[in-house]
Order: sequence, then C-alpha cells, then structure tokens
Amino acid sequence: MSELSRDAVAHLAGLARIDLADAELDRMVGELAVILEAVATVQQAPIGDVPAMSHPLPLVNVTRPDVVRPCLPAEDALAGAPEAEEGRFSVPRILSDD
Amino acid sequence: MTTDLTRSTAAELADLLTRREVSAREVTQAHLDRTRAVDGPVHAYLHVDEEGALAAAADIDARRAGGEELHALAGVPIAVKDVVVTKGLPTTAGSRILQGWVPPYDATLVTRLRAAGMPILGKTNMDEFAMGSSTEHSAYGPTRNPWDLGRIPGGSGGGSAAAIASFQAPLAIGTDTGGSIRQPAAVTGTVGTKPTYGGVSRYGLIAMASSLDQAGPCTRTVLDAALLHEVIGGHDVMDSTSLTAPVPAVVAAARRAEVTGLRIGIVRELTGEGFQPGVQARFEEAVAHLVDAGAEVVEVSCPSFTSALAAYYLVMPSEVSSNLAKFDAMRYGLRVWPEGVADASAEQVMAATRDAGFGDEVKRRIILGTYALSSGYYDAYYGSAQKVRTLIARDFAAAFEVADVLVSPTSPTTAFAFGEKMSDPLSMYMQDIATIPANLAGVPGMSVPSGLADEDGLPVGFQILAPAMADERLYAVGAALEARLTAAWGGPLLARAQDLTAQSIAPTEALS
Repeated sequence: MSELSRDAVAHLAGLARIDLADAELDRMVGELAVILEAVATVQQAPIGDVPAMSHPLPLVNVTRPDVVRPCLPAEDALAGAPEAEEGRFSVPRILSDD
Repeated sequence: MTTDLTRSTAAELADLLTRREVSAREVTQAHLDRTRAVDGPVHAYLHVDEEGALAAAADIDARRAGGEELHALAGVPIAVKDVVVTKGLPTTAGSRILQGWVPPYDATLVTRLRAAGMPILGKTNMDEFAMGSSTEHSAYGPTRNPWDLGRIPGGSGGGSAAAIASFQAPLAIGTDTGGSIRQPAAVTGTVGTKPTYGGVSRYGLIAMASSLDQAGPCTRTVLDAALLHEVIGGHDVMDSTSLTAPVPAVVAAARRAEVTGLRIGIVRELTGEGFQPGVQARFEEAVAHLVDAGAEVVEVSCPSFTSALAAYYLVMPSEVSSNLAKFDAMRYGLRVWPEGVADASAEQVMAATRDAGFGDEVKRRIILGTYALSSGYYDAYYGSAQKVRTLIARDFAAAFEVADVLVSPTSPTTAFAFGEKMSDPLSMYMQDIATIPANLAGVPGMSVPSGLADEDGLPVGFQILAPAMADERLYAVGAALEARLTAAWGGPLLARAQDLTAQSIAPTEALS
C-alpha cells in the first residue's frame, strides 16, 4: 500500500492542471488514501506472467486513402471558443516576457 | 393498447404511426406535455427541445403523407444522454466546464436516429462526464427516481432511465463505462443494454474511458431495446474501434424469446453475500422462471471478478486523466482567469478553469489516474490492473465454455437515498461491482426488471451477460424472462410505480 502525502497530491494536481484550493486538497488527501488502499489489491491477484490487456478486442490499424473530404468549417469550429480572433482560437500568453 | 400515448411502448407507437392512426406530431406532443407535467420534480432533462422535436415530427408526418417509405421507428421520439453530442443542441455532459456549449456536429448514433426520423425530445441529466452511480455528481442538480423522489435514479445515466420510467420518452440513449446503462435500468424498473464493445460507434461520445465506453438503448421493454439497438448499431468509419461485423439479429431474438436448452451460468462471485436480501430473492425467482421456460442452470466461478472493481478504478481513471486533458479552456467551454494574477499564462488559466469547471468526483478521478500513470507507479498500478483485465477476460472465456449466458443481480442494492454515499466514494463505487467485469472484457450485458424487493418495494434488476458479438442472446433471455414475469405480475412492473401527476409536489422548476 502506498501513502500519498499532501505535497504529493498537490504535485499531482499541478501535473493535471487543476488549481485545487487548500480545503479541497485536504479533503482529497483523505479520500485518495481510502481509494488507493482498495485499488492496490490488484497487486495481490495472481498476475505473475499474465500479459497486459489494454483493449477489449484485438485492435487493427485503420487507414483510408489520403484524399480531401469535407470537414468542419472554421467558423463552426470557432463558434464554441472562449475567444476567437481573425479566424483563429485566441489564447492567453504561452510564453513569459523575459 | 392504452389511450395514453406516453404509456405505449415504442413498438406499439411504431405500429400506430405506420397505420396512420396517430401522427408523429401527436406522439411527440404527448411526451412533451408529460415532461411539462412531471419533470419539475423528476429533473430527467437538462434541455428540452420542443421546437426541434415537433419540427422533426411534422417532417415525418409530411413524408409519410407523401407516400415515402420510412424506417419502422420513424416518428417515435427519443431522449439522448447529454454526453452524446448533438448539432445545434446544448451538450454539457453534466459539467459546468461545458455549460452553454453547442456542438458543431452530431455523434454518429445521433445521425442514425435523425436518419431513421426519430424526433429528439431533449438531453438527459447525468453524473458529470458519466462519473457516478446516482446523478448526484451532475453540476445541474440530481435526477430523482420516479418510484421514490427521495432516492437516486442510478447513474451515470439516471436522467435517461428516469425519463423512460416516468413516461416522458418511450426510448432513450445511454452510455455504459462501468454500468451506467444497466444500474440505472435496475433501480428504475426499466431495460438497458450495453452492447458488445465496438457494436455502437463512439464517434461523438464525450469520452470518459475509451477502452470501456459503449452507448446503448434505455427502454421499458426488451423488444424496444432491440429495435433501438438495430438503429444505432453497426460499423462506422469514424470510429477505428467500431466492429465491422453486422449488428446481431437482436430484434428477431427478442421476438422469439426462446431459451429452451440454453445454458444459464450463475456467477458464484456475483450473488449472495453483499447483495440485499430482496435483490437476491428476485434474482433466484427469475432464474426459476428461466428454468421453467426450458433453460438449464449451471454454476460457474469467475475468481478474478473479485479484483474487477480495483482494476476498473485504475484503468478508468487513467484513461479519464488523459481524455479530460482536452478541457483546457482554449477551444471550447469555460475559460476562467485566475484571481489576483496579472497577465496570467495559458497554464494558469487552464488550472483555474479546470478547478472551477470540474466537480469533486471528476477531480478525484483525474488525480488518481495521473498518479496511476506516473513514472515509478505505472507498473504497480496501471500495469497490474491491465493484467487483472486479462484474467477477467479469461474467466469470461472459461465460463462461456460451459454456459451460453451468465446471469447475476444487476446491482447489489435497490435505489439508495440521496446523500447516503456522497461522503464515501468507495461505497458508491461498490454499486457497480456486478456490471464492471463486462466493460473490462468488452462483452455485452443487459438489465431487465425482475420485480420489487420485499423490504422496500423498490425495483430490482436482473443482469444477463453474453460472449462478445452474441448480443442476440441477451435479447432472447431478456424477452423470455420479461414475458413470464409480466404474466405473473399481471402487467408491466412500471404500472406499479407512483402516479407522479397525482402528487402534491413542489412547484416545477422552469424547463431550460
């Protein structure tokens, strides 16, 4: 069984880009401990040399001819955007000034 | 045949429409009127599209009058779970992060509903991003169980199940990642099918866990489920995991309702201990009915099913943490600027938006998945869970060597009261203990009403599981059981639910 410290949960929330408030973080630490203890039991199953399964059915790669076909018009794609400008998504700054 | 159109099955409505004894507009209007009368307290819908549904119905009436050959279900209206995108109709998946979003395209299954001429009544309530077993995790307030408004309608598809159970729609679409079609069906006395993984296109489903998600029918009868299954099923080039095999002959199987010589496997790990006495009693009764109808019973053991819940709560959150990364405040949905930060960066806006836009359960699962996939823990958690998944698939394969279908109660309990499990996520997760194995292995499953529990008078569901791509067996067994139980009860189970319009209930909330 693994312990998740408050700092570790804060780090995970950072990785997941969720700005958790302190009270949320406190509650989450306790809840995750209970859930982790339950899910860690997968390690006790007889999984020694068992292959991993990522998908319910065998997957085959699917291809199609590389030809132009109709797609979503730009204005439709932008219609739900928080902000759009000049036919593009407008986003907050992605780089720092210095 | 009743005179109230909302009490008719979809199959009956289809016949009335074909014989031109009623118009699609009358049928649609009857359901919209019912929604106005009862959905204040039930809250099955997040959005009702009166105008769009009536226009689609009028179009069908005109085409029928013009002598056009129409689909058998043309003019039969339907409700769609809000996790399925609908062009021009708001789609939120029960989340604040998508409040007000109107998708620019239709999911493939919606395209098929429209092509069949089925008016879409509205979008149904659900746990946020389909995460939950009660609809209490909807950002827009819970749906209430039509049998008892103080109890949950199941989840995540509680809205679709409640819409059907309260006669607001004859048909609805659900999605099932760990039981979200079957468990709501069980606790509302309705029918729900999770088809074989890949049987119904996932294009346009807002993904929770891509290797587990599957859309399917929510109905009041087994035949109606089969009719809807045939409309939405079948190969789709827009979903690379879509099966190329034809849709199994589910309607024919439902009409035959034949179980003579069929081997019914009782899964030892999914009965008895942990199941409410009234749930277990109705299960045993249903098995006796099937034996009486000519089926043979065998007991099977699936030892790895005891690890299914743990494996599921690693596989699913891992996929969730990846799938929900797209809600980044950039291309659609909510954008929240962090308070007190001058010239915030995209990453700061992302983090503030995801904190404000996601509810507690969604955040829990994203963080759990982020942890399970993180370097140093991947093998111990996600890797181990994937191996357990193989063991579960092997257990199914071995069981289907000796049995044609497997059966169990759908859910360990009847509908619980609001708030009962909100402070204890793990106890909420336990609701899906019997439904999860099917999603992990990709096999099809159905829940059919099996009666009311003696201790609380609430509906109980009977689960049927079949091998991958043998969905028709669910319908054969489900229809045989339904026929016998309905005869024994002297009518459908839902006839015994309370009359919602006779109650003095709080003033209705405005329809959005």
